[in-house]
Amino acid sequence: MSSEQIIFYILSFWFIATSLAMIFARNAAKAVLFLVLGFFSAASIWILLEAEFLAITLILVYVGAVMVLFLFVIKMLNIDKSTIRAKFAEYLPLGLIVALIIIAEMFLVLGSAQFGLEVMPSPARHGADYSNITVLAMQLYTTYVYPFELAAVILLIAIIAAITLVHKKEATHKKQNVSEQVNVRAKDRVRLVSIVSPTKEEK
Amino acid sequence: MMALWQSFVLGVHELMPWFDGSIATIVIILIKAMALIMPLLLTVAYFTYIERKVIGYMQLRIGPNRVGPKGWLQPIADALKLMTKEIIFPSKANIYLFLLAPILAIAPAIAVWAVIPFDEGIYITNLDVSLLYVLAIGSIGVYGIILAGWASNSKYPLLGALRSASLLVSYEIVIGFALVTVVMIAGSVNLNTIVADQQGGVINWYFIPLFPMMIIFFISALVETNRAPFDVVEGESEIVGGTHVEYSGMTFAVFFLAEYANMILMAVLAVIMFFGGWHSPFEGLGMLEAAFAWVPGIIWVLAKSTFFMFLYLWVRATFPRFRYDQIMRLSWKVFLPITIVWIFVVALMTQLQIGPWFS
Repeated sequence: MSSEQIIFYILSFWFIATSLAMIFARNAAKAVLFLVLGFFSAASIWILLEAEFLAITLILVYVGAVMVLFLFVIKMLNIDKSTIRAKFAEYLPLGLIVALIIIAEMFLVLGSAQFGLEVMPSPARHGADYSNITVLAMQLYTTYVYPFELAAVILLIAIIAAITLVHKKEATHKKQNVSEQVNVRAKDRVRLVSIVSPTKEEK
Repeated sequence: MMALWQSFVLGVHELMPWFDGSIATIVIILIKAMALIMPLLLTVAYFTYIERKVIGYMQLRIGPNRVGPKGWLQPIADALKLMTKEIIFPSKANIYLFLLAPILAIAPAIAVWAVIPFDEGIYITNLDVSLLYVLAIGSIGVYGIILAGWASNSKYPLLGALRSASLLVSYEIVIGFALVTVVMIAGSVNLNTIVADQQGGVINWYFIPLFPMMIIFFISALVETNRAPFDVVEGESEIVGGTHVEYSGMTFAVFFLAEYANMILMAVLAVIMFFGGWHSPFEGLGMLEAAFAWVPGIIWVLAKSTFFMFLYLWVRATFPRFRYDQIMRLSWKVFLPITIVWIFVVALMTQLQIGPWFS
């Protein structure tokens, strides 16, 4: 077994182990951390496949931003553990059926009939000067430039939609005007008054 | 020098031929990493000393001057003190995550240095996507702070962690957009190519066409490293000590190390992106270029980044702390629009092929 195969098996085992740990973790924050570990294993496997751009983007976007926001939300939530575990037996049969259907589908779609070595031979190793990001950019900005731009527009629409959904009207909430606060000077807020204190005789 | 190193590499490969030389490669990488981490940690230690001295003189004090001549043994004494102190675990804390947090803070802060080029051909690894690697690994450091806040099971650390999470995510976007303009000029995300592209004197350095981006990058770097005036994550006057409240002894020292390693990294990154990396500032000046030709590139990188490290201290001694909502406003309403506009400006400059940078 070559050292590359050993690394692959270690990473795959680690990927499966962390994914299972994520599902079975009782604590939501720990589940997120196991998911982060899973992302790292997936990224490492991609690096073995010479797809370093995808691997680093996975870490940059999902680990660096999305999972941070997940943790952020989980810390704000007041999760009641008893409601999570309630009705476990009630939902179990339905869950098992769905799981079996998904496993069967994955077997049919991703099985050796479609992705076996005869159908899809293992890709040839590239030299040290092979640049994954250049090849990817060439494809994205020439062959697939319209789908790429369309995806960008759809994402932009999603961002605007999300902001409009949570945006409140001016009348319903009070807002600070920061530039007004920054520009404020002492004479706008404080009035200095000189008071002549009365002497003993005047009292 | 290079020939000596190559013969050393060959020697290690001959000594350890197991697994098609994989073990020997790992040993070589470890030796390279140690050659980088040891000076880095030493720099961190003496950076804290210089910080106290510089801020001391700025405030008309002397600073540490008791341990050793002029106080220069102070960082060693501090390190010994921190190492011998007891590590206190809060009784309701999650011990595993509590101990994992400092490791998650320091590991990315050191791992990022793997792709930093110090001179032509002097780096640990020449990754083709090294700029993205720096951003990706750098963004993992926030987990250390978030976990520290959450695992401490205490109110002030949690507040600090919440502040940190939202700040880092917003300023990462700003830094990303600012660096996109650098990538647009250099036409590469490889740090070596970016520096090599700035050859030919000060006029070729990217800080001239990207001056606003350079300023924004430096300010965002202050936020990313939780430095004053943006250190609301610690915010002694508001939330006691933020995420560090429950940490003591070595666990606290590790957070400290990570923060300073990140500061030095951001200074070196600013030099690589905007100030010509290992290139001498006297390039293309005839007499002066010849007079300084003997200076190795690594000296220029270190000298330029020392200036930025000094700026960190200068800013800290000068400005009062920002209010949290003002920092957020600065990111989303001021910096982000400027960076997006500047991306279009750079695109225009590229089309018009302006100056020595875009031709």
